[in-house]
Amino acid sequence: MTRPNNSRTCSLLILLICLFVPFVNAQVQEEEVPSDDPAIEQRLTNLSKELRCLQCQNQTLADSPAGLAADLRREIRIQMKAGKSDQEIIAFLTQRYGDFILYKPRVTFTTYLLWFGPFVLLLAGLYVLFRYIKQRRDLIPEKPLTADEHRRAQELLASLPGKETT
Amino acid sequence: MLRYLIPLVIFIVLAVFLAIGLTRDPHELKSVLINKPAPTFRLSQIKAPDQSISNQDMRGKVWLLNVWDSWCIACRDEHPYLIEYAKSGVVPIYGLNYKDRREDALAWLGELGDPYTASAVDLDGRVGIDYGVYGAPETYVVDQSGMIRFKHVGPLMPDVWNGKILPVVQELNRQGAAK
Repeated sequence: MTRPNNSRTCSLLILLICLFVPFVNAQVQEEEVPSDDPAIEQRLTNLSKELRCLQCQNQTLADSPAGLAADLRREIRIQMKAGKSDQEIIAFLTQRYGDFILYKPRVTFTTYLLWFGPFVLLLAGLYVLFRYIKQRRDLIPEKPLTADEHRRAQELLASLPGKETT
Repeated sequence: MLRYLIPLVIFIVLAVFLAIGLTRDPHELKSVLINKPAPTFRLSQIKAPDQSISNQDMRGKVWLLNVWDSWCIACRDEHPYLIEYAKSGVVPIYGLNYKDRREDALAWLGELGDPYTASAVDLDGRVGIDYGVYGAPETYVVDQSGMIRFKHVGPLMPDVWNGKILPVVQELNRQGAAK
């Protein structure tokens, strides 16, 4: 009887811990100040959608509430204000964090398999499929009807109700 | 026979790759700064705010840069070991106090002890960005010419210290002595 109760208390405890752990990290984090230039904010939104937050790796820099993501957004704002192009900002970030920060991997020698692997698999699959179909077709021998069979077929068709045969 | 063997081989290859993938920590990213000059900083020191500290000051010796802060839980795990490592005198450990409140940081050092030759204050995390910091604690090994030679993300537990940090430091010292 105590068992389900125990596990319920346990899961409740885990839930509580999960809820409060974020607050344990009482990090110095000043309020994020958006730029007063709407063009910069628009560029930041577009660019940060293509960048990965390194603290919570399955979120983009645009979505992430992590401290590091806010710092990087602030840094990007500063650089945009200083007139840096998106390419220059991406170069700045990859020099520090590596290509991992890019959500869309670059086409380099190491990512060829990633980019082109699916197409190779598709082609291989098509090849196997067509070979299989051809093999099956070759197994079925073409046998023309004999005169007798032809006549029987005619008779069967003629006996169908409501159907005129020639 | 072959028609049963081929799927089996494909399955085994796939399983081996996935098994290797399971043993790897996706949070551990390879630093792009290895064998590159350590980014320059000049920051105030945590215990002497009117004095600055720069990575240029450490030229000519092998040193460690340990990124820490008082709100990071894993930093608390590695802290007693850091004090031991510092006592051994093998290599000086410098701290980069990352996005911390000064009073919190000083209280932490007062309570738990100070393993650092000096700690630089990176209040807004800007130097952290230059070093590609994405989660404290992180530790960098910098050589005599100011190049980053090794980076460890996560607490510096004794197995990491003995298995990775010490060999790198000893090798760098040997190379430095040979020059």
